[in-house]
Amino acid sequence: MRLTELTLKELWHRKSQLVSGLLAIILGIGVIVGIRSFSVVSEKAVAVNLDNLGANIMVLPQAASVDNYYSADIDAPTFPESYVEKLVTSTIQGVDNLSPKLTRRVLVGNQSIVLTGILPKSEIASKPIWQQGGIIGQQVNASCAPTGPKKYADAKLQRTGVDTLANNDCFIGSGIATKLKLKEGSVLTIMDKQFTVVRLLPETGTIDDDRVFANLHTVQALLGTGEQISAIEIMGCCSAISNGLLGKLRNILPDTRITTIGQIVSTQIASNKMMNKISLVFLIIILFVGSISIGNYIWANVNERRKEIGILRMIGYHKRHIYYILMLKAFIMALVGGIAGYIVGTLAAAWLGPQFAGIEVRPIYMLLLVSIIISITISILGSVIPAYLAGKIEPFSNMQED
Amino acid sequence: MLIQIKNITKRYQRHNGAINAVDNLSLDISKGSFVTITGASGSGKTTLLLILGGLLLPTSGKMIYNGKEINLNNEDELASYRSKHVGFVMQSFALVPYLTAVENVMIALNVKNNDTKKNRNRAIDLLEWVGLDDRTTHYPKELSAGQQQRVAIARALANDPDLLLADEPTGNLDPALSEEIMNILNEINQNQKTTIVMVTHSPAAANYGTVKIHLHEGRLKEQTVQEKELIA
Repeated sequence: MRLTELTLKELWHRKSQLVSGLLAIILGIGVIVGIRSFSVVSEKAVAVNLDNLGANIMVLPQAASVDNYYSADIDAPTFPESYVEKLVTSTIQGVDNLSPKLTRRVLVGNQSIVLTGILPKSEIASKPIWQQGGIIGQQVNASCAPTGPKKYADAKLQRTGVDTLANNDCFIGSGIATKLKLKEGSVLTIMDKQFTVVRLLPETGTIDDDRVFANLHTVQALLGTGEQISAIEIMGCCSAISNGLLGKLRNILPDTRITTIGQIVSTQIASNKMMNKISLVFLIIILFVGSISIGNYIWANVNERRKEIGILRMIGYHKRHIYYILMLKAFIMALVGGIAGYIVGTLAAAWLGPQFAGIEVRPIYMLLLVSIIISITISILGSVIPAYLAGKIEPFSNMQED
Repeated sequence: MLIQIKNITKRYQRHNGAINAVDNLSLDISKGSFVTITGASGSGKTTLLLILGGLLLPTSGKMIYNGKEINLNNEDELASYRSKHVGFVMQSFALVPYLTAVENVMIALNVKNNDTKKNRNRAIDLLEWVGLDDRTTHYPKELSAGQQQRVAIARALANDPDLLLADEPTGNLDPALSEEIMNILNEINQNQKTTIVMVTHSPAAANYGTVKIHLHEGRLKEQTVQEKELIA
């Protein structure tokens, strides 16, 4: 009879102990897996929602005011358009849809409007050096951005990119359309240049309603700024922002101001950090309590088996055999408990996710490995002292009557 | 000489002072002898048996097995000594409750050899020898006291020990069963030439001994050696 067989027989012999010990491990691991599954999915859900808001990072000149994210580019100082190339040719991850802009207030008749020059994707894609960067030319999505055809629920998504915009065409916001009584096909004259209104943008409730969007290079020529821009809007992957994207952008463009839709992003970052902290706190508590529970269980088991251990020692088993038997028992329970805990935690998260948070939680297979590692760590940590003490049981313990 | 103990003392510290359970005791046990140890409760007979079996460390003195001194401070050496040279038969049978009769015998074989099939066959042979060939798959709770003691004897013989130590092997048995067990032990001693050292309260059991030792307060009070033993 091998020690493994002896261990399995002992485990099976004390089924109620086995079940209670396993339940402790399963519950502990289940809680960790459940919380982690939930937090990972919720982080992604919030990130995708935020990404769906569209451009969420603004690169501005150092002297620009950033009191209002949506109007920060208006009348801001300028910086070279070549800065876009710096971003595109960098290896930075987590940015999508870079959009350079030049914005100025101009008068149309006696009405003040905001004229914004934007670069359509067709022009961006035509720049070979930008294509080499592989971001805009190939329309690479940020890792957390929604895949497939984008269906934007928010009108602000109009800011994310314009496929084509001819030199004489413009888009106008709903506010300007009302003020100047314009509609699609109307002709709008700005600083003696005529533009055809090719699209009427839906109301957003932001300064964009008072904007006229025209081709960046046309606006640059009209305003006489040369190849200068006042802002670069970037759609940054939210999780990338959380992970320090802004700092990386600042390193590439040190003489600019990088700002985000601050409140939303900080909320997301805080939310992510909170979930991670909760997971960590639970992990520490479960590691601590779990180790003590397993230690207590193994110690109770050792005490119950004093006579058996004494018999084994009497017939010549070495201390190392006793350690092996107890640690193997802890290992088997940890393995089974870890796998079962993963399944229970995943099922609980999958069931509770849609019920309480309205999000679909899918299995995270990596957590299976993590569960087993944590479970084994808990069990081994908890079993070391009882196993050591079991080795000290005298070989003649079996002679002591119950 | 199979085993010699020289000036063995085992001292226990009690709240009212130290007592010597075994007090400066020397003893020679020859190969093939059947030694019975008697004495009142607390006379040190079980302590002596435990020291002989390498189960308990003496406070002082030395033990020589087959001419070689055993390092009493080396637990691994003592464990090897127990598994290779000593078999134990206890009053309480000392069987593992969740193992069958054959498995209880196999756990002793397992210390030396991991060949499960070979060990199983050997265990079955031993159980047949003690008359339990129809009880090999029974658990201890399914066996009578006498049958449990026979399983314990089979396990004690598993590794062909030179020395079989028995602590009150008939203490939990009625007279008929006691005689049965004593006959088995006697047969082991006579036929297999296994040296037996047995602690007993029973005068009838003590009569099986070729060497009779009586202890009093940890000291040798009387030693009787049968004629055939003296000749040997």
